[in-house]
Amino acid sequence: MMQITRVVLAGLAAAAVVAGCASGGMSQDLDAEFAAMMKSSFRDEGIAKTDRLQQDLAQAACSSPKPPAPEVAKRIEAEAMATIKWPTGGQYFGNWAAGEKLAQSGVGMAWNNETTDPSTNGGQCYNCHEISKQEISFGTIGPSLYHYGKNRGVKDVAAPESAPVVQYTWSKLWNSKAHVACSNMPRFGHMHLLNETQIRDLMSLLLDPRSPVNQ
Amino acid sequence: MKPKWTLLAGAATLVALPVAAQKSSAEGIAEYRKMLEDGNPAELYEVKGEALWKQKRGPKNVSLEACDLGKGPGVVKGAWVELPRYFADTGRVQDVESRLVTCMSTLQGFDADKLAATPFGKGEMANITALATWISGQSRDMPFALSQAHPLERKFYALGEKAFYYRAGPMDFSCASCHGEEHKRIRLQDLPPLYKNPGDGLGIAAWPAYRVSNGQMWSMQLRLNDCLRLQRFPYPKFGSDVTTALAVYMGVNAKGAKSIAPALKR
Amino acid sequence: MADPMRIRAQAAGDKATVRVLMSHEMETGQRKDSAGKPIPAWFIQQVTAQHNGKTVLEAQWGPAVAKNPFLQFIVKGAKAGDKIAISWLDNRGDKRTDEATVT
Repeated sequence: MMQITRVVLAGLAAAAVVAGCASGGMSQDLDAEFAAMMKSSFRDEGIAKTDRLQQDLAQAACSSPKPPAPEVAKRIEAEAMATIKWPTGGQYFGNWAAGEKLAQSGVGMAWNNETTDPSTNGGQCYNCHEISKQEISFGTIGPSLYHYGKNRGVKDVAAPESAPVVQYTWSKLWNSKAHVACSNMPRFGHMHLLNETQIRDLMSLLLDPRSPVNQ
Repeated sequence: MKPKWTLLAGAATLVALPVAAQKSSAEGIAEYRKMLEDGNPAELYEVKGEALWKQKRGPKNVSLEACDLGKGPGVVKGAWVELPRYFADTGRVQDVESRLVTCMSTLQGFDADKLAATPFGKGEMANITALATWISGQSRDMPFALSQAHPLERKFYALGEKAFYYRAGPMDFSCASCHGEEHKRIRLQDLPPLYKNPGDGLGIAAWPAYRVSNGQMWSMQLRLNDCLRLQRFPYPKFGSDVTTALAVYMGVNAKGAKSIAPALKR
Repeated sequence: MADPMRIRAQAAGDKATVRVLMSHEMETGQRKDSAGKPIPAWFIQQVTAQHNGKTVLEAQWGPAVAKNPFLQFIVKGAKAGDKIAISWLDNRGDKRTDEATVT
């Protein structure tokens, strides 16, 4: 009789511990353990320093299979929109052939790359997007950008009626989170992955009616 | 006069890829891979790994035949598909490569820190890769069956899940950026969904693998290392908890999926 | 001494199919290292196969053959229990011979 009582009590105690774990206390412990794990598991290498593990709001709020609360998403988008640097002299466009080269290149920002200077970086656009019809080696993580300008009725990039599309595209390239809080797309301008000249070239690739993308 | 003739044999010297108009690029690549299956150079690493397991080595001049990979000392068959798991002797959850470092240091007298710091493909690290290749081959076609019995194993699953979704670095990439959705590919490389069971021979079930494109044998530690490099993260230490936790997350998700390791990859 | 080859030889009827996987870098001599210096050519130049001691195949290879080359050929008249030996010689004078029994 005594033995059975002891077993039952032990079981109850265990159940109580488990019940306690289900509350917020457990997830805070997990957060702390996770932070400790990340700190101890990584080290600096080349240009990739451990401070890269620090998250800003956009990263932290989107680090879950569940999307952030609508008000958090709105805040991320608003903060991102505020970071947009519009092009110097209002010059949105460059060279689409240079843009195609950028779209093909995935070089830059990894620990084996020499410098964080964006001028040697690529945009790695084909990793995720279909862009021109000639390139069959394209990814499907992002939507197809084939006929990007054509589909949006852009016949003359300098015309006033093209301005909304031009500005949207620039802002999307500069900071994709301005439009979609948890976008998978990197923030090319805001995170200094590409410079103004390079983003102008990508603008031409996407919007210039003479670009192969719009043929 | 004896005929002199040149044979153009080899794993990667195909004259033309059969990418016909009707065949999708995925089908063409699958056909090319089928043709290579018979001569998977991973077998060379399996042979090497088996020899290393049985050979007396290290300062203590002992073989690895008493190494416990989780199913008892010297039991190799079936061990791969139960890793990573908790080990009472170290009090840690360990994957096969971390466990090999344990065995090579405790049984054979190698310096564990020096082993872990050796670059992939060089010296004793190349031997660890060969051993891992052989060990994985001993579980060929067996289903993944990681234990979640120990609290630390469950903790590592939860930590691995957090790591999987953790966005960081200048490009905001997490593992989920590529592996968080079904039916996606990067360029022409299909991406298995790793937040769930991707199926037989995919994801964790496909590594270690011989990569034809660079002629290298890649273990899971190297596969994770290179993912994190391209996520633009800082450097994950060899056998670190984050790599083990991610492997637990993927391995538990892949429960029942058949291992095809060591496999052949582009 | 180079790493061992994997040889499998299976008899079917009056023929045996032999499959060989060789471990070799097969460096073409065209590649350059990260400092820009050419990596010296290092490749198998000669392959011979013997069936019970009798040469049945001789091949001269060049740098076009890929790393860790795979070779497959058929030997007429080979049956289970027979010995197949494969030898290779490379441009550095390194060589390797391995043997297998036909199953």
